[in-house]
Amino acid sequence: MIEKSDTCSETHKRILMCGNEALAEASIIAGLDAYFGYPITPQNEITAYMSRRMAEEGRVFIQSESELAAINMVFGASATGKRTMTSSSSPGISLMQEGMSYLAGAELPAVVVNVMRGGPGLGNIAPSQSDYFQATRGGGHGDYRTIVFGPSTVQELVDYMHLAFDLADVYRITVVILADGFLGQMMEPVLLEKKPHRELPAKDWALTGAKGREQNIVRSLWLPEGALEALNNKLKAKYELIEKNEVLCEQYEVEDAEIVVVAYGIAARIVRSAVSRAREEGIKAGWIRPITLWPFPTEQISRAAEEFKIFLTVEMSLGQMVEDVRLAVAGKAPVVFYGRPGGGTPTVDEILDKIKQLTIPEKR
Amino acid sequence: MKTVFKRTPTLKDCPTHYCPGCGHGIAHRLIAETIDELGIRGRTIGIAPVGCAVLAYDYLDVDMIEVAHGRAPAVATGMKRTNPDKIIFSYQGDGDLAAIGTAEIIHAAHRAEQLTVIFINNAVFGMTGGQMAPTTLLGQVTATTPKGRNAAGEGYPLQVSEILALLPGAIYVERCALSGAAGVRKTKKAIKHAFELQVEAAEGLSLVEVLSPCPTYWRMTPAKAMEWIEKEMVKVFPLGRLKG
Ligand SMILES: Cc1ncc(C[n+]2csc(CCOP(=O)(O)OP(=O)(O)O)c2C)c(N)n1
Ligand code: SF4
Ligand SMILES: [Mg+2]
Repeated sequence: MIEKSDTCSETHKRILMCGNEALAEASIIAGLDAYFGYPITPQNEITAYMSRRMAEEGRVFIQSESELAAINMVFGASATGKRTMTSSSSPGISLMQEGMSYLAGAELPAVVVNVMRGGPGLGNIAPSQSDYFQATRGGGHGDYRTIVFGPSTVQELVDYMHLAFDLADVYRITVVILADGFLGQMMEPVLLEKKPHRELPAKDWALTGAKGREQNIVRSLWLPEGALEALNNKLKAKYELIEKNEVLCEQYEVEDAEIVVVAYGIAARIVRSAVSRAREEGIKAGWIRPITLWPFPTEQISRAAEEFKIFLTVEMSLGQMVEDVRLAVAGKAPVVFYGRPGGGTPTVDEILDKIKQLTIPEKR
Repeated sequence: MKTVFKRTPTLKDCPTHYCPGCGHGIAHRLIAETIDELGIRGRTIGIAPVGCAVLAYDYLDVDMIEVAHGRAPAVATGMKRTNPDKIIFSYQGDGDLAAIGTAEIIHAAHRAEQLTVIFINNAVFGMTGGQMAPTTLLGQVTATTPKGRNAAGEGYPLQVSEILALLPGAIYVERCALSGAAGVRKTKKAIKHAFELQVEAAEGLSLVEVLSPCPTYWRMTPAKAMEWIEKEMVKVFPLGRLKG
């Protein structure tokens, strides 16, 4: 990677920033060469911040005519070996799915930030976790995956933004940061400092002009018999490597728990408070927080399911991640869902109530 | 086979998949010759469309990318802005540029991107089996206009180059035809000019629309197809410089 000059003199000090601006600054520190985006609430701070800061850094910023164009600008810049990203919110991310499928087929690195809002359709602009299916199942057409991070603090937005660019380059894959409107808007103290990064492979596949070498071709069309199947199998091997090496997950007081609450992102912060209150009231509760949503911490949850009775999954949706929890639990324990869709947020009391219902015999 | 002229190095020495009498092969040769004459092979990146020319990288020996249907101008923008020293060209059909990719080409021109666009107008969707394109002539029979294109319901032939010429960000727009030796010569000149402008870092988009035969889906012999361009197509798509 080309080391960029540190863009923020305050990187070693904690400063107060909103999530959207913090992730934007983190990208700049991570060596972002080009940002492309189209405004949409609740992530407009990213586009505005980038327009100012990328110009200051002498790097590329374009407000595109649509999200279709934005993701294809990412496609073009990435194909030449540059670090590039786009950001949007749910409806815009839907428009990007075509481009994300092509990125997967062409094995180009990219980072896509989705600051989720309520859906379907135009939905609303309230925070939501309703794009989990889309993010973790590829999203566009064809057999492919993207790495998906579900950060739950502004600091994590920064940290996983740094890691996202490295993983994108290491695996030649799209990395999705699945945030939500709360995380984008909330102000928290952050350390912008870049953590030690991964060893990065040379981008000898990049389109740089065929000077003194054979032509490079970036493509996703494979017509001869068996050629696409070969690509799919190559991708499969890469996805398996990612599943083996890149799962991130946090857990708390799971060992002796009789109920394990699973949640990610902002919902996990609410769950954390609810579980602490449950413990104060003598209920043996714990939580598991997937940080990578793909690869999903299937093994960690499966292991917990060997020993514990009840799983409660809490989401700001009608129930999406719960399907992965069920797959991981594989019938070894009951899996219950509690969620609030459409911009609703589960409260600590609601979750605590649910925990009690599931654990206190007379409440069942 | 008799060698009529020397193959230019950037044109690969291999047979193409194009039908006999197709214009794509000629247009490829003109681009390859231009790249070699300008000595820019080592800093050129080409963009292949979704259309019959999707495999253009099998014939043109430069760094190339294949992109989603119609999105070439956005991809080109991402490349050029991050690599101002490179020469970026897109090669697009009338379905690619004038139907699904209309927004992308208009906005690339609107932003005055320093790009070279070769726009192959063959009045049909060749790749998918000869369906109506926005550029299909009135009365023209295609797979999806079995009774001939009717303005009521199917619209009039779309003159995208005329629209683009209106935009300040498009600095050079010319329409040529691959019919006859003179037509090919003029097309070559126009393509070369469109590349030269980018080499000189002229501030805007250059586009050459090329009226190009598709004998297969026009259901004509190659000779008749050339005649049809000269007699019918140019009436709706007049040749000449529209801008610059
Ligand atoms: C999103 C999408 N829609 C439709 C298609 C199918 N398709 C492939 S090529 C094409 C039209 C090509 O026509 P044109 O651009 O005129 O190129 P030609 O083959 O005539 O050179 C279509 C509709 C596709 N590949 N992708
Ligand atoms: S279908 Fe038409 S455009 Fe396509 S290769 Fe054949 S002649 Fe050329
Ligand atoms: Mg066509």
